[in-house]
Amino acid sequence: MFESISYHKQKTIIIVSFLLIPMILLGLFTYYPAVKLIYYSFTNWDGYSPEKPWVGLSNYKEVFANSDIFKVFQHNFAYLVMGILQNIVAIYFAIILSSKLRGKNGFRIILFLPYIMNGVAVAFMFGFVFDTTNGSLNMLLNSIGLSSLGNTSWLGTEGLVNYSLASTGFWRFMGYNMVIYIASLQAIPRDIYEAAKIDGANAMQTLWRITLPNMKAVIQLNLFLTVTGALEVFDLPFVLTKGGPAGASQTYVMRVIESAFAYNNYGLASAMSIILLLFVVIVLLLQQFVLSRGGDK
Amino acid sequence: MNNSKFHFIDYIKYVTLLIGVFVVLFPLYVVIVNAFKSTDEFNASSSLTLPKSFFNIDNFITVFQRGGLLTGFGNVLIIIIITLTFNILLGTMVAYVLGRFSFKLKRMIFGAYLVATVIPSITTQVATFGIIKSLGLYNTLGAPIVLYIGADVIQIILYLQFIRNIPYDLDESAMVEGASLFRIYRSIIFPLLTPATATLVILKTISIYNDMYIPYLYMPKQSLGVVTTVLMRFQGVNSADWNMICAAILLILLPTVVLYVFLQRYIFEGVTSGSVK
Repeated sequence: MFESISYHKQKTIIIVSFLLIPMILLGLFTYYPAVKLIYYSFTNWDGYSPEKPWVGLSNYKEVFANSDIFKVFQHNFAYLVMGILQNIVAIYFAIILSSKLRGKNGFRIILFLPYIMNGVAVAFMFGFVFDTTNGSLNMLLNSIGLSSLGNTSWLGTEGLVNYSLASTGFWRFMGYNMVIYIASLQAIPRDIYEAAKIDGANAMQTLWRITLPNMKAVIQLNLFLTVTGALEVFDLPFVLTKGGPAGASQTYVMRVIESAFAYNNYGLASAMSIILLLFVVIVLLLQQFVLSRGGDK
Repeated sequence: MNNSKFHFIDYIKYVTLLIGVFVVLFPLYVVIVNAFKSTDEFNASSSLTLPKSFFNIDNFITVFQRGGLLTGFGNVLIIIIITLTFNILLGTMVAYVLGRFSFKLKRMIFGAYLVATVIPSITTQVATFGIIKSLGLYNTLGAPIVLYIGADVIQIILYLQFIRNIPYDLDESAMVEGASLFRIYRSIIFPLLTPATATLVILKTISIYNDMYIPYLYMPKQSLGVVTTVLMRFQGVNSADWNMICAAILLILLPTVVLYVFLQRYIFEGVTSGSVK
C-alpha cells in the first residue's frame, strides 16, 4: 500500500511513525520526571495531597545547612576508593590476559562471571561470607592462622562496614571493567609495539608510553562510571545492612529514597536528587575539561 | 639469565590470576556446599566443609514450596518476553531512522538518548512514581514493562554500528524494484540486525532478571514477586537459616550462569561494543 507514495513522503511518514512511541517513552519516563523533580524541589509536597506549597529554595538550604545529609557522602567515599582500586586491578588483569598466556580465555571467563550474577543473590551471598559467627571469611581467616582477624564483625563495625560492602562491588564489577580494558587493548595497532621493540623499549617503557596512553579514553570512561557509581550506590547497603549499624552504611541515595518514601518529604528528596544530578554533571564536565586539556599535548 | 627472568614474570602472572580466581570462586563454593546441608548438619559443621551428600536437595524443595520462587520465575519471564519484544521492535526502528535518513532533529534525538544516561534513574523514581500511579500501572506487571521498554543509548549505538555495515546498495536496489521504506526496514534491515539483536536480548534478559529496585518499588504485591523481591522476602523470613538462603541464592544464580556459559561470546560482544566506542 505504501508503494504508490513517493519516497520523499514515505521518509517523512517513517521518521514520524517510527520515532513517535520511542520519543513518548523517553519523554514520559526520563525527561518529564526530571523536570517534575526540579519543580517538586521548590515545594514541600508530601507525596499525596493535591496542593504542593511553593517554598522556594528552602529545601536546598536545608540540604546544605543540615550537616547530617552531607556526612553520608563519607560512606560513599569507601566505594570511590574501592572503585579506583578495582580499575587498577582490572587494568592489570587486562594487560596480563592480553599477553601470551596459556588458558587466558578460561581466566577471562571466570573473572567476568560475577558481573552477570543477580545483585540481590550476590548481596546475600556476601552476607553469609561476612557473617561474624557462621561466616566463611572468618572461618577461612582462622583456618589459615589469622585468628586475630577471625572474629571481625565485617558488617557490624562502623568504620569497616562500607569497605566490606564496597569490596562486594569490587567482586562484582572488576571483571566487567577488565573485559572493556581487554577490548581497548586489542584495538591498539600491533605495529606500534613492533616499532617500540625495534627501538629497544623495555616492557615498562612500552606500558607507560604506549599501552596506557592508548587506553586513556576508556580509562576516563570507566573512571566516570566509577565516580558516579560511588555517588549513586544504593542496592548493596539497602539489601544487606539496611544502612546499619546505626546508619553507618547509609548512602546518599538511600537517604533520598528514605526522605521520599518513608518520610513523605518529596520536596526535600527532590532537592537532594537535583543536587546529586548536579554533582554528576560536574564530574562529567571536569572530566571533559581534563580530557580536552590532555588532548592538547 | 634472560630466560629465567621471563619465567619469574610468568610465575607472578599465574599466581595473581589464581588469587583472582580464588576470590571469585570462594563465595560461590561456600554457597554451594552449604546449600546441600540439613539444618543440623549446618549447625554442626564448619561452613567451609563439604556436605555429607550432594543428593540432599531438601533445601531446594523447601525454597520452592515456601518461597514462591515459581511465581517469581514466572513473573520475571513474562516481563522479559513482553519487554524484549517491544524493546527490540522500537530499538531497531529508532536505529533505522537514525542510521538511514538525515533530518533536522536527528542529532538532537541521539543527544536526548545520550543525556538520559547521565540522569540518575534511581532518584528520579521519586517523580516517576506519581506517573506510574496516574497511569494505573502501580502494582501491575505493566509498571516494570513500560519502564524497561525504552531503548537506551548503548542499544542504539550497537544497532547503528551494524546498520552502517549494511551496504546502502541493498536499500537502493530494493527501491529500484519498488519496495516501500517500511518493507526495506522489515525485510532487509531488521533481519540483518539479528546478530546485534541476539546480543541485546541476552544482555537485557540478564539485566531485567537481576533488577531489584523497580519491582521492589512498583510491585509490592505478594503475587507479583520477581526473583529478586522473592529472594528478599524469603531472606526476611528465614534470615537465620543460612543453608536455606544458600539454596535460594543458588537457584536464582543458576539461570544467568547457564546463559553465560553457553552464550558468552554474545555477552562479551555486547559489553565491549557499547563502551569502547
